[in-house]
Amino acid sequence: MPTSQTWLLRPLQERSTQIFLGVLFAAVALVTLLHLIMPEGHALHVSAYTVTLLGKYLCYALLAVAVDLVWGYLGILSLGHGAFFAIGGYAMGMYLMRQIGDRGVYGDPVLPDFMVFLNWDSLPWYWQGFDMAWFAFIMVLLAPGLLALVFGFLAFRSRVTGVYLSIITQALTFALMLAFFRNEMGFGGNNGLTDFRDILGFNLRTDSTRLGLFIATGIALAIGYVICRGIVTSKLGRVSVACRDAEARTRFLGYRVERVQLFVFVVSAMLAGVAGALYVPQVGIINPSEFSPLFSIEVVVWVALGGRATLYGAVIGAILVNYAKTVFTGVMPDAWLFALGGLFVLVTVFLPKGIAGLLQKRQKPDEDSNADPSKPKPQEATA
Amino acid sequence: MGIFRWLTPLCLNALCLKALYLKPLGLVLLLVLSLPAHSQTEADPGQALLTNLADASSREIDAAIEAIVDSGDPRARDWLDAFGNNRLSRIKDTGQVVEVLRNVGRNWTIADPLTGENLGEMSRRELDRVNINNAIRGKLEGVLAMLDLYSDDPEVQEKAAEAMMGKVNASVVKPLTKLLERDLPGPVRNRIEESVAIYQLEQGDAEAQAQAITVLTGSLHSNARAALNNAAVGDDPALAARAQEALVSIEQKLKMNRAAETLYFGLSLGSVLVLAAIGLAITFGVMGVINMAHGELIMLGAYTTWGMQQLLPGQPGLALILSIPAGFLVAALAGIAIERSVIQHLKGRPLETLLATFGVSLILQQLVRTVISPLNRSVTTPEWMSGSLVINGALSLTLNRMYVIGFALVVFAGLMLIMRKTRLGLEVRAVTQNRAMARSMGIRATRVDILTFGLGSGVAGLAGVALSQITNVGPNLGQNYIIDSFMVVVFGGVGNLWGTLLAGLSLGTINQILEPWAGSVLAKIMVLVLIILFIQKRPKGLFPQKGRAAEG
Repeated sequence: MPTSQTWLLRPLQERSTQIFLGVLFAAVALVTLLHLIMPEGHALHVSAYTVTLLGKYLCYALLAVAVDLVWGYLGILSLGHGAFFAIGGYAMGMYLMRQIGDRGVYGDPVLPDFMVFLNWDSLPWYWQGFDMAWFAFIMVLLAPGLLALVFGFLAFRSRVTGVYLSIITQALTFALMLAFFRNEMGFGGNNGLTDFRDILGFNLRTDSTRLGLFIATGIALAIGYVICRGIVTSKLGRVSVACRDAEARTRFLGYRVERVQLFVFVVSAMLAGVAGALYVPQVGIINPSEFSPLFSIEVVVWVALGGRATLYGAVIGAILVNYAKTVFTGVMPDAWLFALGGLFVLVTVFLPKGIAGLLQKRQKPDEDSNADPSKPKPQEATA
Repeated sequence: MGIFRWLTPLCLNALCLKALYLKPLGLVLLLVLSLPAHSQTEADPGQALLTNLADASSREIDAAIEAIVDSGDPRARDWLDAFGNNRLSRIKDTGQVVEVLRNVGRNWTIADPLTGENLGEMSRRELDRVNINNAIRGKLEGVLAMLDLYSDDPEVQEKAAEAMMGKVNASVVKPLTKLLERDLPGPVRNRIEESVAIYQLEQGDAEAQAQAITVLTGSLHSNARAALNNAAVGDDPALAARAQEALVSIEQKLKMNRAAETLYFGLSLGSVLVLAAIGLAITFGVMGVINMAHGELIMLGAYTTWGMQQLLPGQPGLALILSIPAGFLVAALAGIAIERSVIQHLKGRPLETLLATFGVSLILQQLVRTVISPLNRSVTTPEWMSGSLVINGALSLTLNRMYVIGFALVVFAGLMLIMRKTRLGLEVRAVTQNRAMARSMGIRATRVDILTFGLGSGVAGLAGVALSQITNVGPNLGQNYIIDSFMVVVFGGVGNLWGTLLAGLSLGTINQILEPWAGSVLAKIMVLVLIILFIQKRPKGLFPQKGRAAEG
């Protein structure tokens, strides 16, 4: 494992990271300024609604970065990252539920409304402690991390990789979706958790809190990006790329492939959990549909469109696709699935390196040898 | 029909006894006097019987009913039925007994019960209903059931025997016992024996009770169990113990039946999984192509069935049979189109193939939603496929699921033959094992790819045709099966058709076994977890491919 001093600071000296962070901070600052300074009704005014929408995109971008870390640099196509995202979201949702206190419809000081409705008389054990912010925020990291640890340990130990792993991750999120739909699980069933009031004492319905959440998301994305960049530029990152391109060879060289995979997978799940936790207070609801396999696979397409194994490509892809989704579902909702389906096909067939690939082509020939995951994996054991 | 003499004790009823003392004798005299007058005007003996019935006092009514039964008249059943349903009336003026066909409004439609001739309408003021009380009606049911038991139609007999369960009283025991001396179809005999036994258990002496328990031990009927339950909590300790024993033995049998039923449902669900997965086993297992649009090919097959039924209205059976080749063709062509347009460009990049075909599946789903409807379409089940096969009182197997099981096995056998015995199968296996070598031996690999993919997709279409018979046909049909199908293929071992068959059937059965105590959602989750754990132990499935083909 890399020492903390070098690996987190090294990315900050990179040109590409500096550009990315610069653009990100400039964008966040611009939106903040336009929202605060421009009078309402002015053409350049950014409404609170737009701020929240952009905050949502940034959450998705962080999720996409997490997916890119495992898919782009580890070769693991996770079709279940939506599950980690949703679990982080649920952890945050549970905290927000407890913050409602006796302001709910039934006025119970401890139990959330849906539990009163189900005639539960006490809080289930796994809801304990979520009234404290620090505990909830730790759980946002810990819960998805733990799931990823157990799942990854089982999967990588028996060398389940490639397509098999993709399908099993999809089954995982599918199973969790079914489970969370059940009322008995104690997570609000079909309706999920909603009707939140405030976070850390700030009213969620005021514009200033929304702006604060947007800025926080921007910072989280920046930190997440730097962490991922730090990992991929470290020795561990090199080994993980080696696992991606020639797993058996890496193992023969003496590396513990499954440990590398497990570490990267867990970090990625935690990032996804943070993205989910920031997403929930902004959209105001978390329900089991976030677990749906379609959502998880959509995330993969954001990454594919932006360009795999570039990290910044994932951010571009997530924002572009979600902007398109917002526009499409507003103008002609029926056509969205056609467009999305077409995007899947077009990106994989005609744009294997994504938008980032197009950008890189203009520059001088590739300096970063990592960035060519689309090349067929060398067949080590072809008969 | 001398047997009906035993019906005489019908009158042994508190109500009748009461009537015995209350009824004035004068009426009887009047009846006797009026009888000859009618028999002179009408030669039909039925007329006399009916008039007799209509005139009878509460006390005499049993005799009148018995007379009708004893006459052996083929119309007797209808008369008594009409009587029991309050549909016998007398015309006030003439005294003629008529059957009321429609008793709504002011004018009632009446018919002659003797000839069945419609007599038109008559004001209800001119009609006098032949009265019947509930006690008589209760008896009448037994009498009618007895009449049916003597019917020549075994179906009517069986129904009557079924109705007899738990309704046997003192009056019908003897005729029933007598009936048992005759040659009866098996189920009818069993039912009658059991009905008598239930009565004996409640009313008979010790010996009869003991015998009754022996008879009832073999029964799965709920009434038999109820009677035994009563006996088990009764006063007689010896009898109670024996009844308890019998109950335990019945419970055992019921458990067996439930197990058989679970197994049947499991096999049925399993065969659906096999059908859905076996096409995948070819495209994914043999060709190594991940086709996430496989579920949508299933959906296309189901919609083909629906379309075929729209083309041939009124002939669901023919349409279904024609849908089998049509569904195969539609899905196969769609599959080949996908292969040519998308998959062939992504050779050697399985993860990208997965994504691209997922996109295709989204497009196909939305296409069906836009072109046909986002709502479910209903596909008619032809008559010869509906209904169920009744094994015994506690177990009946629905026919449509039986057909699906059979169909799955036939499709499996067909695929097995193609892969093992035909040139195509040989070439497919060759290309799978070593593409370059196969090509240098003169096999046109591209052609083999197209045909294999078409075959796998066509089988998905067949699965759709079968699925249309047991679930709703809607745009999400395929989506619901895709994850399950992949699980089956992975569980069974990629590239192994036998593994797919075994995995599908066992997953279906495990699911059905878990369902009763875990609920359907939890059962599904448990199965998924089970598979994930299983892959830990055997990463290559139940039947891993051996040799060089397994590597890579």
